[in-house]
Amino acid sequence: MTSFTMSGTNASKISAMLTRLRHQMGAPAVGMVLTLVVPCDERTQYDAVRSATDAAREHPSRILVVIEREAGEPARLDAELRVGEATPGELVILRLYGDLIRHAESVVSPLLLPDTPVVAWWPGGCPGVPAENALGLLAQRRITDARAAPDPIAAIASRADGYLAGDTDLTWTRLTPWRSLLAAAFDQPVGPVSAGSVEAKSGNPSAPLLAAWLSDRLDAPITVGDSQGPGLTCVRLAVPGGELTITRTDARLATLSKPGQPDRRVALARRSTAELLSEELRRLDPDEIYAATIRRLARDGSSV
Amino acid sequence: MNHDRHVPEQAEPADGGAIAPDRPRVAAPAEEAITVATAAADASTTIEALLANPLRDPRDKRLPRVAGPCVLVLFGVTGDLARRKLLPAIYDLGNRGLLPPGFSLVGFARRDWANQDFAQVTHDAIKENARTPFREEVWKQLAEGIHFVPGEFSDDGAFDTLATTLAEIDEKRGTGGNYAFYLSVPPKFFPVVVKQLKRTGLANPPEGAWRRVVIEKPFGHDLASAKELNEITSAVFPEESVFRIDHYLGKETVQNIMALRFANNLFEPIWNRGYVDHVQITMAEDIGIGGRAGYYDGIGAARDVIQNHLLQLLALVAMEDPTSFDADALRREKEKVLKAVRLPHDLALSTARGQYAAGWQGGEPVVGYLDEDGIPLDSTTETYAAVKLEIANRRWAGVPFYLRTGKRLGRRVTEVAVVFQRAPHLPFSEDDTEILGQNALVVRVQPDEGITVRFGSKVPGTAMEVRDVSMDFAYGESFMESSPEAYERLLLDVLIGDPPLFPHQREVELSWKILDPIEDHWSAQGQPEEYPSGSWGPASSDEMMARDGRVWRRL
Repeated sequence: MTSFTMSGTNASKISAMLTRLRHQMGAPAVGMVLTLVVPCDERTQYDAVRSATDAAREHPSRILVVIEREAGEPARLDAELRVGEATPGELVILRLYGDLIRHAESVVSPLLLPDTPVVAWWPGGCPGVPAENALGLLAQRRITDARAAPDPIAAIASRADGYLAGDTDLTWTRLTPWRSLLAAAFDQPVGPVSAGSVEAKSGNPSAPLLAAWLSDRLDAPITVGDSQGPGLTCVRLAVPGGELTITRTDARLATLSKPGQPDRRVALARRSTAELLSEELRRLDPDEIYAATIRRLARDGSSV
Repeated sequence: MNHDRHVPEQAEPADGGAIAPDRPRVAAPAEEAITVATAAADASTTIEALLANPLRDPRDKRLPRVAGPCVLVLFGVTGDLARRKLLPAIYDLGNRGLLPPGFSLVGFARRDWANQDFAQVTHDAIKENARTPFREEVWKQLAEGIHFVPGEFSDDGAFDTLATTLAEIDEKRGTGGNYAFYLSVPPKFFPVVVKQLKRTGLANPPEGAWRRVVIEKPFGHDLASAKELNEITSAVFPEESVFRIDHYLGKETVQNIMALRFANNLFEPIWNRGYVDHVQITMAEDIGIGGRAGYYDGIGAARDVIQNHLLQLLALVAMEDPTSFDADALRREKEKVLKAVRLPHDLALSTARGQYAAGWQGGEPVVGYLDEDGIPLDSTTETYAAVKLEIANRRWAGVPFYLRTGKRLGRRVTEVAVVFQRAPHLPFSEDDTEILGQNALVVRVQPDEGITVRFGSKVPGTAMEVRDVSMDFAYGESFMESSPEAYERLLLDVLIGDPPLFPHQREVELSWKILDPIEDHWSAQGQPEEYPSGSWGPASSDEMMARDGRVWRRL
């Protein structure tokens, strides 16, 4: 790992230094497939960097971490550059001071890799309309995380308000294994679903989202209940002849029960942020199912 | 991917009417390309399943293709392939969440094992060879469905036990009578195993269930034996239930040949006799025959590698674009091009074969082929084979395809190199372009998967000197750290019932029709030419190229 710190700098100096570091290592910057812009604060920075660099193993990228510092200080840009042997991509941590905070895009825009996709990820707080944010405007894919909001349930329920094609939320990504298992359970016809429920630890924003998806697809009322956790613990669906359930109490192994069939155990582990991010970066086209689901959630609002 | 950026190109003309005839419509081919690329990347779950399942939606691309409930019955679990590739691949599929709930694995072999013994063997194989990290919960899911049936293939009782075991698994695990039988055994056992499956009724699915059989190469040793072998399986299983594994076709880079050709507009216009000088398809191995003497002697390099892997690569490189990526359309195009393959008139001048002699391979002394354990001293089996083929169609007439394979060569490498003609006119002095070679596009299949493009570039300095440089796309660099193993993809395709990546019996027979005359010719030639281990094959192979004014690429 080669790292380099620059203070009171600008984008073109950073760009030149990246090229120099790359050449010193004898590895020209080839093969990077996207730029990941990560606006965050000092508190979330460390974990975000760790997850982003892990995800970069699957999707080599230039990672631009943008941290807002003291607004009262004179405008200044500090940068920390890491060009690793351990990771195939590049990492730049940008610290913005003073008036520069309001012009972050002027620093980020010249550092984007040419002619490849740009993804923005807010690991902590995020703007109300990500696509209209100065940094969000640069990206065609914008990833937020409702779980990091002060009120996660309210945050996910209001995502539809600021939605534009290309938005997505890690709350939705966390559901993929559950949705995949549910879809597999429905591969053999089970008949119409009349009602159902989703149980999770209180305040888990993925639960209402899963309920909204199920009610949207199955056209049945799905309620949300509280449990001891961890995370999502149970999905129950009333089907002809009984109940189809998936229960998971240890965050690792789930049990699938269907009427007239033996119970089966299935691995259903919670995933790390790096894995969630990797899944997000695999497809960069708008997620229409997510859009339909958050709209459904917003419409049903208080009823679930 | 850049949907947003393409939008302006898609704008309709200002008058709002139809697109002006003189203005080519840019957007449509781009959209098509995306569709083709997606289809090439992963054929989606069958349409019927999508329609029947309210939770699936073609737009919901996060949900992976998961096989339906089923049992995989593995014959030959004690073999090397099972331990190194198949069992780990099953675990890796599980770890990626692609195995259905209730998935069960039944081992069958002549061992005095109980279920837990087989589970232990599986566990060890996974720990040692799996690509993805070991996770306890995934293992638990898999272990619950592991069963073992001991017995010999000739033992009726053992197969009756297998049938009862499978019925019990259906009962206990809800697998619905869907079984895939994987015959990881030498072909001489196919007849007895298939007969037993028929006798016990395991080959006939009840209404709504499926039965599939998976077989490994070699698919015979000539046309006649390939047909014989097929009669055995086709008497019991219909062709659409027979999955012939050519693991090369499961490799990401091989599938990428289709993406490269049919999802891009950059290469296809020059992918023909107007621009291509010739094509070289190589599979070189640095190892000798190892412990495979019994199988290898009498078979040789051409039957072992050219008949299946290299001719399949040739088909993918040379075929016309299929109307879709479903099995029928794809196989039809491959068959068409295999049918168009012609052998040169004089096989003595357009083929070469060799046998490795003792030598130094990568810094270690190694013995020659005739000194290997179990090889008769007068063996005429070739360990190196090179052939020149022509394709008689409009696209390729006059463009030779050179195929070569060998053991104990300098390095392990498999690649397809499309070598282009020289520029028709060089406005430079002869001295300036002295060291300029021909442009080439190389698909590196293994190791170091990727694509290399070679072209001329100016050497920095005051003189206008032009020299070859290469531009590189490495899979490992731009995508996953480790791409899925070929067997993962192929096993999943078997369980889903998606056959495009498996050669049809017609392709197998066509390939033998190409190879049989060459083998006949060679059989009258006596001892193959010796080449030192660690070299790049016999001199006659280089002479064959030299006669055409060409050289093999140095690998």
